[in-house]
Amino acid sequence: MSVSKDIKPGEVLLELENIQMFFGKVCALNGVSTKIKKGEIHSVIGPNGAGKTVMMNCISGLYHPQKGNIYYKGEKINGMSPHNRAKLGIARTFQKVEVFGGMTVLDNIRLGRHIHYKSGIISGSLYLGQTAKEEIEHRKFIEEEIIDLLEIEHIRHKPVGMLPYGLQKRVELGRAIALEPELLLLDEPLAGLNLEEVEDMARFILDVNQEERWKVTCLLVEHDMGVVMDLSDNVFVLNFGNMIVDGTPEEVQGNPEVVKAYLGEEDLYATRR
Amino acid sequence: MQQEDNVAFSPTDKISKDLTIPKLFYSQAKKYGKERVAMREKEYGIWRPITWNDYFENVKYIALGLISLGLEEGDKVAMIGDNRPEGLWAEMGALCARGVGVWLFQDSLLDEVKYILDHSDTKFLVGEGQEEVDKALSIFHECPKLKKIIWDDPKGMRNYDQDCLISLKEVMRLGRELEKEKPNLFEELVNKGHGDEVALLFYTSGTTALPKGALLSHYNMLTMGKNLMTVDPCKDTDDYVSYLPFAWIGEQMMSISCGLQIGYTLNFPESTETSQENIREIGPHVMFAPPRMYEQMTRTVQVKYLDSVWIKRKSYEIASYIGYHVANLKFAKKHIPFYWRILEWFAYLLVQKKLKDNLGLTRVRNAYTGGAAMGPDHFRFFHSLGVNLKQIYGQTEVAGISVVHRNGDIKFDTVGRPIPETEVKITEEGEILTKSPSVFIGYYKNPEATEKTLKDGWLYSGDKGFIDEDGHLVVFDRTKDVMTLRDGKPFAPQYLETRLKFSPYVKDSWVIGDNKDYITAVICIDYSVVGNWADTKKLTYTSYPELAQKQEVYDLVEEQIIKANKDLPELAKVIKFINLYKELDADDDELTRTRKLRRAFVEKRYQEIVSALYSDTDVVHIDTTIKYEDGRQVHIKNDLQIRKVRN
Repeated sequence: MSVSKDIKPGEVLLELENIQMFFGKVCALNGVSTKIKKGEIHSVIGPNGAGKTVMMNCISGLYHPQKGNIYYKGEKINGMSPHNRAKLGIARTFQKVEVFGGMTVLDNIRLGRHIHYKSGIISGSLYLGQTAKEEIEHRKFIEEEIIDLLEIEHIRHKPVGMLPYGLQKRVELGRAIALEPELLLLDEPLAGLNLEEVEDMARFILDVNQEERWKVTCLLVEHDMGVVMDLSDNVFVLNFGNMIVDGTPEEVQGNPEVVKAYLGEEDLYATRR
Repeated sequence: MQQEDNVAFSPTDKISKDLTIPKLFYSQAKKYGKERVAMREKEYGIWRPITWNDYFENVKYIALGLISLGLEEGDKVAMIGDNRPEGLWAEMGALCARGVGVWLFQDSLLDEVKYILDHSDTKFLVGEGQEEVDKALSIFHECPKLKKIIWDDPKGMRNYDQDCLISLKEVMRLGRELEKEKPNLFEELVNKGHGDEVALLFYTSGTTALPKGALLSHYNMLTMGKNLMTVDPCKDTDDYVSYLPFAWIGEQMMSISCGLQIGYTLNFPESTETSQENIREIGPHVMFAPPRMYEQMTRTVQVKYLDSVWIKRKSYEIASYIGYHVANLKFAKKHIPFYWRILEWFAYLLVQKKLKDNLGLTRVRNAYTGGAAMGPDHFRFFHSLGVNLKQIYGQTEVAGISVVHRNGDIKFDTVGRPIPETEVKITEEGEILTKSPSVFIGYYKNPEATEKTLKDGWLYSGDKGFIDEDGHLVVFDRTKDVMTLRDGKPFAPQYLETRLKFSPYVKDSWVIGDNKDYITAVICIDYSVVGNWADTKKLTYTSYPELAQKQEVYDLVEEQIIKANKDLPELAKVIKFINLYKELDADDDELTRTRKLRRAFVEKRYQEIVSALYSDTDVVHIDTTIKYEDGRQVHIKNDLQIRKVRN
């Protein structure tokens, strides 16, 4: 991994340059370009089928776009595999929760720290000296930084599959930040949550973004316009694979094309507040 | 009647009028120092000890910090938040600085917080974190006497920079600076106090009106703790789990009045949700909780029993048969034959040991319940498990309790005998009066109420009761709640309500029938338990109101009522009932914060239901708006059935 330089807040962390993604003859992304600056919450909005999740998958490495370039900290990462991108500090959550249902909350989160483990298979299975020490350090991190932050003390030993959906989403966020990412991709973190859970989750996202300890840059795909406009520094609007506008929430709300394509439908704009 | 007990306990020989809570705290902290653990808190998954020395240091700097912020003698310091060491330090700090402590329930709504802060003339508010700070900030301008809001959990506080806010750390830093200037100030403050000074201003939950502030002196609190500990001595090696709101006098009694005198370890759970699990980890020696906690435990056991496999159910049935039989012999003070002793041991090994472990009751020597009525069925349930559960009777105005069961002299329909130095008598009208050194000073800024409650040193409780042939006090009910049956006999609705609540399917019940032809009940089903039951019956439902109105659920509730009706006199039986479309809630003013039913209020609110229960109709139409905790409002249009109970 050659990319390791430090980026200051406000500088470009991730850049998409003219991304084109086809599935057969269907064009999912058509020349999408944007710059995500370090420290911000950048949201992607657009009607269903606009290509938001495809865009996420291109960044995390699940899809490889046919055209265009992706730069992370100024270096091209086009051909890089997902696990290598994770090592660079790109973590993500999924639209439908993708947790390991049979494993406990703690184990799920521990898995997110995988890339930080130094011990190998043999010392790991023998659990000797350095490995035991390392394990305690990681456990400490998980308890103090993640379980406390996400308020999931009461479920740490429960299998995730038995938990309500709202808590599963929280666990998934926990697993993603266990990686200590620099860039966090959040694919509809609020979908399917009730009002109280939405408020909690929005608070956690803000904490992860703003708390001195974390300062994680977030790319957020979300339908809840109230939350998007409240949280985001910048909003990116997609419609049928085309970028309509990329600007501050005020600019986006005032843009006639956006209003026509998306916000104009009053029902969709209805916030849950 | 005057109670004389053999006084076995004497950690502080006699509570003199000169002794104060800070003085006792000072001497205990010096005595135990760094060697002993004063409290533990589970944090980040680990129980972390806090020695008496740490406790002392923290309290000292908080006290001095408050002085440096301008606290003067008699100023009120209010506390709000979950049970945690910092809350108790702040309270003790306020007392040491010669202030007066006021506790608020953590889930109090804005109006309640505002009323209490304003009425009590609170100068400093110690909140836990962002949630409490938000509450306090939104009413700050309406409480002109409030000077500073203190917080201790930094989570989410990064964007708050209001001048009225200060962190507990900063307060302690100010305290350290003041100590450098005046090194003996803390000792001077502690030594100045006198037992008759006000220590706490405690707001009673108020089933009828606005909360009243009871003034309790140091002497009240300390004699209270001493007299209870004389009856049931504790050791300084004991463990106690503090998880009930500090705004409840029972928790103050256990954590401050008794805890400080004995020096047992207070354990604070990780979070509210984990308290049951944490109790199990600690295995406390002494427990005091309102009936709802024990009701919850009973319900958990009953539900798990229903869910388990045949062999486990049978084992449980056999063990509980033995348990009940032995408990009944003990209640009747009869000799237990040796073969029943062997069976009891068998039942213990087979089921009860595990069950008690799961409930965290393995080491419990004395478990108390008080604050509301507990049904005889619940009471017998715990004794059948071999848990030494005792009723106690008391109120905020006696700084805790005045009457308690003695070991080996337990009757499940009484609350026991008065503790030492306490006299209890009954007026001609049947009202319970108490006289003891713990009887409070009066209500804050409310001389009329004080005059009504305190006459010649006797506390008029407003409860009806009598003393039975064994000298046990029997509490009937609140005087204003006692019902008159058709034949003119008095009847306590609470009694029937607690019987109904023994069913795991019934979460809350409300019995009506004062001066009416027959008795009726409004039932709130337990959503999760009935929900699980409905799942096994393959019933579909989408919401509480829908589930509550299912025919099958009505059949189920009817069975529970028939069980509760058994052995009751004909006139006291529930004849009709209705399933309510929501659970009763303190946020809707239907219950007090300690979950007592506010009868007058619900009667007014559910007028339509009450009148339908006493007319010929079998359906009542409801058209109302209910507010959820998250602020959403839902309009409810529903037809509620009225069911006549087969008797």
